[in-house]
Amino acid sequence: MIKKLTRRKMLKTSTAALGAVAGAGLLKGFPAIHAADAPVIRYLGTAVNMGDAVQKKLFDDTGIKVKFIVKTTDEVTKTIFTQPNSFDIVDSEYFSMPKLVPSGNLLGMDTKRIKEWDNVTSAFTKGEVAGKKIGDQGTAPKKVMYLKGPESKEFSSEPTQYVTLIPTVYNADTLGIRPDLIKRPISSWAELLNPEFKGKASILNIPSIGIMDAAMVVEAMGEYKYPDKGNMSKEEIDLTMKIFTEAKKSGQFRAFWSDFNESVNLMASGEVVIQSMWSPAITAVRTKGIPCVYQPLKEGYRAWAAGFGLPSTTKGRQADICYEFINWYLSGWVGAYLNRQGYYSAVIPTAKKYMEAYEWDYWMMGKPATSDIMSPEGKKLASKGEVRDGGSYEARMGAVACWNATMDENKYMVRKWNEMIAS
Amino acid sequence: MIKFFKLKPSVGLLSIPYSLIFIFFFFIPLLLTFVISFWDYNEYSIIPDLILENYSYIFKDCFNFDKEMCVTFKTYLSTLIFCFITWFFTLIIGFFVAYFLAFYVNSITWQIALFLLCTIPFWTSNVIRMISWIPLLGRNGLVNDFLVSTGLVDAPQEWLLYSGFSIVLAFIHLYTLFMIVPIFNSMMRIDKSIIEAAYDNGANGLQILWNVIIPLCKPGIVIGSIFVITVVMGDFITIGIMGGQQIPSIGKIIYVEMSYLQLPAAAANAVILLALTLLIIWIMTKMIDIRKEL
Repeated sequence: MIKKLTRRKMLKTSTAALGAVAGAGLLKGFPAIHAADAPVIRYLGTAVNMGDAVQKKLFDDTGIKVKFIVKTTDEVTKTIFTQPNSFDIVDSEYFSMPKLVPSGNLLGMDTKRIKEWDNVTSAFTKGEVAGKKIGDQGTAPKKVMYLKGPESKEFSSEPTQYVTLIPTVYNADTLGIRPDLIKRPISSWAELLNPEFKGKASILNIPSIGIMDAAMVVEAMGEYKYPDKGNMSKEEIDLTMKIFTEAKKSGQFRAFWSDFNESVNLMASGEVVIQSMWSPAITAVRTKGIPCVYQPLKEGYRAWAAGFGLPSTTKGRQADICYEFINWYLSGWVGAYLNRQGYYSAVIPTAKKYMEAYEWDYWMMGKPATSDIMSPEGKKLASKGEVRDGGSYEARMGAVACWNATMDENKYMVRKWNEMIAS
Repeated sequence: MIKFFKLKPSVGLLSIPYSLIFIFFFFIPLLLTFVISFWDYNEYSIIPDLILENYSYIFKDCFNFDKEMCVTFKTYLSTLIFCFITWFFTLIIGFFVAYFLAFYVNSITWQIALFLLCTIPFWTSNVIRMISWIPLLGRNGLVNDFLVSTGLVDAPQEWLLYSGFSIVLAFIHLYTLFMIVPIFNSMMRIDKSIIEAAYDNGANGLQILWNVIIPLCKPGIVIGSIFVITVVMGDFITIGIMGGQQIPSIGKIIYVEMSYLQLPAAAANAVILLALTLLIIWIMTKMIDIRKEL
């Protein structure tokens, strides 16, 4: 994982240059690259899921080449607003949709052109896992999935042919812990503010995600029950931030983190023993041989989901190539690749075809591994007999409590968050 | 026009390229920042307007002295304190390193070699540099291991990392070079015969340093100080990483506002930061007239 991310950093600079070149081509009308044999698409996104292996397989299967424009989540959103013609396809998150869709910079995606649409998991389309409703506080994908028409700027509450993003990957996030340093079971989000871990806790300093983790903690402590954690009122924001400000002042937090690598370092060095974490960061700590658990908690998970969208400037043949790319992406090979990293693929049946039975049992069914579990890069993630943290797909996704969100009071929330940092 | 070229043909022409760069890439963007700081905005666009809300928002509750100090003042105060401490230490260290290089190292080769040594902190990426502090200053780091094993302290010291101390340490480590270069430059221009004259007149080493060298180094000191102060005032990466994201900086506030597309609010903060930094520089140039000294 670490290796992959370092490479990505390098990609960042080189792709920025490439992106600029491609952008320059676009100004003169559509670039001449289509005339050449290999179709190329410019891919804007965080690209955390797009390793070398994916690009190679894509080219072998379809002849399509990808030029990456790698940015952080917030910068991806910014780029969609400010440079909508600098890319052909965007990998974005559902919680950005309430901001993005009214701008009209994204096209409605035609589900009739997606072969596997009917197999997209019900977590996206209906907000259900195995027939059971899951938590939908925050910007749950089903709330911002459908559009009223191909060029609509409004969401539709009923399913339609046009969607904002074609879902690709999602996961349920929770707290990461160092079991060897905590030495007792952890079962609640409230433990983040437990004075026992004074000076050894951390939370991420990305306000829109941090506030959700904070809300999970406040609710777990029994301080307050939010009607919707993902859309707080000003008073609720004040209350949440007051509790965290007091904790910060009393020295609860060792540090806040805003970069993936920081969270890995905090955990691996033992500076922090309990913190908000993302699943690849857990993997990164573990591949160093340091025990780290993505702890399932009784209050449930904070989920996120991403998908592909097209800017309104992508039309004609370039759009055809993008749809071909998306269809390939959902056809199973990538799905298996994502599942093996601990994420979930939006189309599960196709991914299953590309996974070994023992892999499927470990990652999706929550059964003990019958053989060592390897990452897609060939590093050992789990030994024979181990069980995935949180168990099966149904156990993890079924226990989702809320989704990453954009609140109506976003501006106020960001200000209050800054005040907490300054306190 | 003709008269202009007649007077100083070379100067007029030579200044055109730089003036153009300056106008297009500095003056116009700055003007835009200023203009946009008065605009309104929503989630996804900025709206041309003339409002003072972006500014009044920054100073909200700031002049209500019964309550706790407002975020803005607190943030500026903390930044100013970092600025002062960093400036003080980089000046002292930078001055003596430059003094050593200029007066004790006689061969140009050695001067160059030692200069290169000073640039070593800049050879690695910023992020790697910051992360490398953890094994040194962290709870299980080298320094704590040493302190605990020698019995100097009972338990690992937490204030070594993610604290004001670690921020200042990183700043000094990074920015001393910005002091060394201009001060060294000033020192190299000092006519050695002046120092000899002072010596011949019976001045001791300390007197020469205080009455001859320091006054002649003033331009270098001021230029170095301007570098250090402006860099520290606008920094958010070092403060963020070394402070464990728990210590505020104006740069970070601007960065967060920009990531949430609150561009007019970020612009207003930037204008205030710029004004304050310019004020500090103005005061410094009042104390020493750089133009005259150069």
